[in-house]
Order: sequence, then structure tokens, then C-alpha cells
Amino acid sequence: MLRFRYGPALVRRAAFTLADVFILLALAALFYAGVRLAFHAPGAIRGPEISLSVAALPWYALLSLGRMTAAYALSFLFSLAYGYGAARSPAGEKVLIPLLDVLQSVPILSFLPVVLLGFSAVLPQKLAAELAAVVLIFTSQAWNLTFCFYQALTTLPNELREASAVFRLGPWLRLKKVELLFGALALVWNSMMSWSGGWFFLMAAEIFHVGARDFRLPGLGSYLQVAAGAGDLGAIVSGLTALVAVIVLLDQLVWRPLLCWADKFKVETVQGDAPPRSWFYDLMARSALLARLQGVMAGSRERVDRWFRARYAGRSLAGLEPPARPGLSWRARLAAAVVAPCLLYGAWRAGVMLTSLAAASWTAIGLGTLATMLRVTLALALALVWTVPVGVVIGTKRRIAELLQPIVQVIASVPATAVFPLLVLVLIRAPGGLAVVSTLLMLLGTQWYLLFNVIAGAAAIPQDLRDTTALLGLGRSDRWRVLVLPSLFPYLITGSITAGGGAWNASIVAEHVEFGGRTHATLGVGALIADATGRGDYPLLLGSTLALVGTVILINRQLWRRLYRRAQDRYRLE
Amino acid sequence: MTAAAPHSTEPLAVLEHVTKAYGREPKPFVAVEDVNLSIRPGEFLCLLGPSGCGKSTLLRVVAGLIPASSGKVLYRGQPLAGVNPRATIVFQTFALYPWLTVQENVEIALKARGVPLAERRERAVALIDKVGLDGFESAYPRELSGGMRQKVGFARAMAVEPELLCLDEPFSALDVLSAAALRGELMELWLGKSIPTQAILMVTHNIEEAVLMADRIVVMDKNPGRVLTEMPVALRHPRARKDTAFQGLVDRVYAAVTRGPEELAEAPEGRGRRQPLPPARLNALAGLVEKLAAESGRADLYRLSAELAMDLDDLLPVVEAGKLLGFVKVEEGDLLLTPLGHCYAEASILTRKELVAGRVLRLPVIAWIYETLQQDDNGRVAKGYFLDKLEPDYGGQSAEQLLRAIQWARAAELFGFDDDTDELFLEN
Repeated sequence: MLRFRYGPALVRRAAFTLADVFILLALAALFYAGVRLAFHAPGAIRGPEISLSVAALPWYALLSLGRMTAAYALSFLFSLAYGYGAARSPAGEKVLIPLLDVLQSVPILSFLPVVLLGFSAVLPQKLAAELAAVVLIFTSQAWNLTFCFYQALTTLPNELREASAVFRLGPWLRLKKVELLFGALALVWNSMMSWSGGWFFLMAAEIFHVGARDFRLPGLGSYLQVAAGAGDLGAIVSGLTALVAVIVLLDQLVWRPLLCWADKFKVETVQGDAPPRSWFYDLMARSALLARLQGVMAGSRERVDRWFRARYAGRSLAGLEPPARPGLSWRARLAAAVVAPCLLYGAWRAGVMLTSLAAASWTAIGLGTLATMLRVTLALALALVWTVPVGVVIGTKRRIAELLQPIVQVIASVPATAVFPLLVLVLIRAPGGLAVVSTLLMLLGTQWYLLFNVIAGAAAIPQDLRDTTALLGLGRSDRWRVLVLPSLFPYLITGSITAGGGAWNASIVAEHVEFGGRTHATLGVGALIADATGRGDYPLLLGSTLALVGTVILINRQLWRRLYRRAQDRYRLE
Repeated sequence: MTAAAPHSTEPLAVLEHVTKAYGREPKPFVAVEDVNLSIRPGEFLCLLGPSGCGKSTLLRVVAGLIPASSGKVLYRGQPLAGVNPRATIVFQTFALYPWLTVQENVEIALKARGVPLAERRERAVALIDKVGLDGFESAYPRELSGGMRQKVGFARAMAVEPELLCLDEPFSALDVLSAAALRGELMELWLGKSIPTQAILMVTHNIEEAVLMADRIVVMDKNPGRVLTEMPVALRHPRARKDTAFQGLVDRVYAAVTRGPEELAEAPEGRGRRQPLPPARLNALAGLVEKLAAESGRADLYRLSAELAMDLDDLLPVVEAGKLLGFVKVEEGDLLLTPLGHCYAEASILTRKELVAGRVLRLPVIAWIYETLQQDDNGRVAKGYFLDKLEPDYGGQSAEQLLRAIQWARAAELFGFDDDTDELFLEN
């Protein structure tokens, strides 16, 4: 049964702080630096031809998978480094965790052109496109993974931390035998989440137009887009089939076995929890060859461990509280002295860039933001309407859960961006046009977070409370009011935050669709961003991106975080 | 480890004027203050005291897990920097890695010291054998009982052959029988000198356990944590609990432990030491008073804690609450009911409430809150106001202190707390 809450990195913090201002300044400065680089990018670029032949699909799938794997490896290393940085020093924690909070609200798609052009100014075009795609996917995978590892580091029970110090486990053994294993289950779940986020952006990152520059990378995403552009239904279906096949294979051969393996590391066991099962894991566990391999590996593992031990031998091990250093080290001061003026300069230039925006553009940004907000709200409401009843059924009825859970998980991991072209093809002529379709597209991308959270919440309702409710003979409406909704509340909030954030992000792809050689757009801040990207209008891009980021952060802080705190205080089941 | 023999008269560890404070000036939380202590080779030393007296903090200072805020920590004459390589800890909650098997849990201690694969396997298996867990090598900790888990804890600690073995309430999470068995096994190893350990430092709040095992007992008190007194235990092993000398010593240690400060809690504006309200509920006090009345007003504290099946740690706050309200007093390890306490025991529920209200209002903190509320037109004041005022005195514990004041005042129907508005309000 699912007991895992799918959620964003939530920090219990005050509304808006000085750190946030600093972070937004830094973002603007980085953006400006990217734009400066972008001016040196070649004026026109033609990507390779994407073949629509079915025979090309396995190769394309492999290429996409390779990009995903590279980005995931990068995310994993990043989360280790960032997590340590935040967890080990109080100063790091004060800066890094709020930064993470902002980073996950940034619509990465709107930074893609800047990243792409920046890379292609200094690197060969093919490499630049590959790198940009990997960076984009990385940014959709890294944040929740990072927060997860940080949480593992900070919630490691104190006695285990003390035992690790007393028994003199060096940094390597600590990471390998304590921290990673303590976080294993959460890390596997979050990796699965990261991968579905990654697929979402991979679809968008493999073909990208900036002005006359047409970046394309051979892969499943570009295949689907080209197929949609040509209106080739057969190719769309075979592309989707290939994608689903890859996702199912990954689920069966990687994630299920990993979940099985990580289940060992659950710190507490809750009664009635059916352990996850995987045929592939069982198969591997019986494999004689694998056992032999492990025997051979043991020797080299031992050598690695010894190498790390030798590196740290002779140093005295610090206890739990490293001695507090007064103030900043000279290195930190030097870095601050170099970085701060650069940031300020960049932010100032970005500000100058913004002033070149006409009043009409600002009005468009304001109206667009409102329109998108309306759409996001609507998508969220629609998602709630169907996910709550369905989720409660799946969460409370074990038999149904066992049947539906794997299916739902696979459906959910098919990225909405892959289905977009197909949906647009079918629905673009429906009344309301793209204004309605884009809401549906957002719904498509975000409903799953809600569904999973509802399932997890419903499964977490204690049996004794359910029994009591049954004994009291409460009617259906009373049961929902007294038991179900209050128990779901915290889960609904976490789900809504993630789903809302996802919907805002999806607006960039949903409100502006290139299809059959024509561009369809509707009123919205996402459409503005996509349009500005296409035309290379950087001031508009920056303005609308900042508007979007600001709105998302404000909604998160003012609405969701308050509700979340309330949920934590009042509706926690313990 | 026989190399240490020539130094055997030198103390292993010495603490000089050690203070450990958390948080920042001007109001740090002082865990232990000005402690002087030495641990000599061949000695089994016990730190004894109520929870919050900083005994576990001291143990961690000696093990090098946390540095002292001020004062000197010497090990074999050298100042201790970082984790003490010659000490190890057996933890109250075992601190086994739940994702490693019994054998892996023992092995990892050896691995961290660079013992090669084959040797560490052999040694781990031998140790697991020694503590009587053979056959459980591949079990995970969650499959073991508490007593068995602690055996793994001991095996892991002995694997690194520590010079100084630190025990942090190692038996308190175990059931009575397992605890007794494990104590016996440890004493056998220690007294039989079949482990290379030169000294044992044990933290406990169980007086009988201390008298049963230790050569010397250091009695501590809290607020701030400090050493009250030291008592040598000269009884010969094996010690018998029924022995009159044993019982006499237990009573004397009880008297030392319960000799708490007599000052009352003060309002923020008041003068003098501010003793916090003890973590006790008033209905627990009612139970204690009734029990005492049934024992005709006098009972041995040690016997009482056994009969009530309460740890000293749980009983002492209740006793303290009773002393604050003037219902009980402590003499020579005995608990006595005061005349007021007799009145309370015989009173009806309503009279009891009035009686408690009158007594509780004599506690300056509660009186101050009560008066503040009376001065407000609606009789409601935000919780934050009180927290701010309490902050300078109680620091990080002010929320807890306020909560206790509210609990006590609620029992006396003086004032209550509205969770929806975060306000304290007067009861009518």
C-alpha cells in the first residue's frame, strides 16, 4: 500500500524574506548573463531531420533514455552535494533551503532558450543542444531528490548519528551504510517522481525553436512532435507505444525491484503493510551468476572502502557539533566580494532590460497571469472532483488497490507533453478552442499528484477510526465530513501544491501549441513566454517569467503554506 | 590492551570545571555547570540523577561527541579533541542500524577501524557467540526482542575493545527480566576481567541499579545540571538486594537524590531563582496523595515507586509538584503527607478544586498570568504575550512552562487556553 506522500519540498518558513529578494535578483542576473551570451549564438540553425519510420524508434528511445539517465545521474550527484551543504552547516541551511524552495517554483521551460543559446554560443551546436536538454531535464529532477536527501540527513535519528560518530565511521562509510540506506525508500520514490517529471520535459526539450534557430535532437520527444506536426496519426501512435513500452520496462526492471530492495530499509514496520513485490527482483535474487558476480565485486568494494578510509585516517573525527567558527571564512568573504557586484550588475542590467517593455506588454502580462491563474484553478478543481472519490476507493479497498495501483502508476508516468499533440489534433476544433483545451492539458499533467496523495491519505486512515465510524452508524455524508475529509486534508494540500506548481509550468506548453505548421495560442502568461521565446523577445520573456515565478511563490506562501501549517497542526493522524 | 598497566593509578578521564550550555547569550540553556569528575582505571562509575540533570550530556562530553562549552576535558592527560578513540557507547535505544543484519552491525564497527574482511567476519561471529546470539547473525534488529538488541549493542561496543565503556541507561528500555539478565552478564564479564575494558561509566536514573553495579555513585541534580555529591559503594560483589546494608545505601542515595531546592517558581518580574514547574499532571498528584493517605501518611519513596510501578524519573516530578503545593514533604528517603495533604485526601471533589486553586495561586507564575488576565476587559490575552515575558527566564522551554501552567490552572479552574484563537482566558 502506498504510504508515501508525493510532495514538493516544503519548508516551514515565514512569508517573504530578504533571502528571497536576493534569490530573485540572482535569477534575473543569471538570466541577463545568458541573454548576453545568447547574442553571440549563430543566427540560423537547422537540426537533423527526424525520421518518422518505425524502424528508427528503438534507436530514438535509446537516445532519449540516455539523456534521461545522464540528467538523473547529474541530479543525484547534485542532491548529494547540495544536501550535505545544507545539512552540515547552519549558514548553508539558511541560504540553500530557501533557494531550493524558489528554484522549484521557477518555470524551467522559460529558461531553456537562454540556456540553449548560451551553450550554442560557446559550444558546437549539437553538443549545446544535448547539454541544454540534459540541463533542462536535470532541473525537473533535481529539486525533490535534493530535498529528500536533505531530509534523510536531518531526520536521521540522533542515536544513529551518535553511533556513527562513536564507532568512527568515516564520511564514505557514513554515506554508504547509513545516510543513503536510511533515505533509501524515500529516495527511490522520489527518483520515480523525478523520472516522470523528466519525461515531461524531455518531450519539450528535444525540439525547440528560438527565432530562426531550430534545435532538434533525435529522440522520442522530437519524433512525437514531428509526427504531430505532419499530422501522421500512425506515427503518433507508434511513438506513444514506444514511449509507454520504455516506461513500463523501466517500471518492471528498475523501479519495482528497487522498491523491493529498499523495503528492507524501512525503519519501522506498520502492520498490514503488504511489502512490494517484483518478479524481476525475485529472479535476480535466485540468479547464481549474480551471486558469483557479487563475490567478485566484494574484493573491489573492499578496496574502495579501504581507499576512502586511508584518505581520512589520521584525522581526528569531529563530534556532533563542529566548533562554531566566528563569522565567515576569508574564502567565503572573497567569494561574496566577487559574486555580489556581478549579481548586482546583472540584476541592474536585467532591470534596464525590463524598462524597455512597453506599457501594453505589461498589461498583457498582467491579464495573461490572471487568465492562467483562472485556468490553473479550474484544472485543480476538476482534478479534485474526480481524484477524491476514486482515490478514496483505491486507498481503502485493498483488493481494488492491488489491481489498479500498478496500472494507474504506469498511466500516470506517461508524460502529458507526449499526449498533447494527439489531444490537440482531436480537440482543437471543439468549441472554445485552445482556451479550453489548454485547461484540459494542464489537468492531464497534474491530476496524478493529487490522485496519489489521495490514495496515500485514504490508506493512512487508521483501521480503528474506520471501525469506530462504522460502529457509530454514521451516514455517508457524516462519514465524509467527520472522518474522510479531515484525514485527507494534509494530503490534499501537499498534492495541490505540487499539482498547482505543475499546472503553472505546463501552461508554457499548453497555451501555445505549434501544430500542423500553424501556431495556436490563447491568452495566458504561458503563451506569452512561449511566444517571446519563439520571437527571441528577451525583455518580454524576462518580464513574463518573473511575473509567473512571483505569482507561484506568492500563492505558495500566502495560501498553500498557511493551509499546510493548519493541516500539520490540526489534522495530523498520529 | 595491557599497555596501560603502568599508568593504572593515573585517572583515565578528568573533567575540570566543565560547563555545557546550548543556545546563545544572554540566556543560554545550561545543561551542566561546573562539573569536576575523574574516572580511574578499574572503576565502575555511575552518574545518577533525574532526567534533565545533564548526566547523558556528561557522558557524551567524555566520549568526545560534544565539546564542553568551558572547562577542561582530559583523557590520559591529553585534552580531548573530537571523538574519543578509546571510548565507546552502549545506547539506551540500542542505536543499531535497522537496515543492517546483526553481523553487519557488529562488523561495521570493525570495518571503520580498517580490520580486513576475513578477520572482521571471524571476530564478529565470535562476539555474537559470546553474547549468546549465535544463530541470529543474519537477522535484522527488528526481528529481535529488546534484550537481544541490546546484546548486539554490547557486542558491537566490545568489538572495538574500548578502554572506557560508556553506558547510557542501557537497561532502561528493557523489560525487567531481560534487564536483570543482561546486568548479570555484563558484571560477569567486567568482574571476571574477560574484556579489555579498563573502566565503565554508566548513566542511570535507577538507584537500585546504581547501587547494584557501581563502585562509586555521582549524584546529580538539575536546573542547572550539576554534581550534588559522590558516594562510594563498598559492598562486595555479588550484591544482594535484600541485604540490609544494600537497602540502607539505597535509602541514603534516595535521600540525596530527592533533596531538591525548595524555592517556589517566580513570576518574570519577581526576584530570586526561577524554578520551573515540574512536568507532572495534577491528577497524578491526587493519586499519589491518596496512596499516601492509605499508607497512613508515610511511605518509603523507593517502595512507593515500585508499588506504583513508576520509574523514579516519572515519580519525582509528581513529588516535586506535591512539595510545591505543600501537600507532601520528603524526609530521609520517605515521603510524608502534610496536614494540608491530609485535608486534600479527605476532601470532596469540589473542595479539592478550591484547595488546589488556593495553593496554585501561590505559585508566582500562575498568579502573574491570572492577574494579567483579570486586568484585561474580556479576560483574554494572546499566548504570545506570555511567551515573550517568559522567554528571558525559561528560554527555549518557555512554551513548555506555559503549557504546564495552563494545565495546572485548568485543573483548578482558574484559566484555560483557546486553541482556535491562541489566547488564554479566565474561567468563570
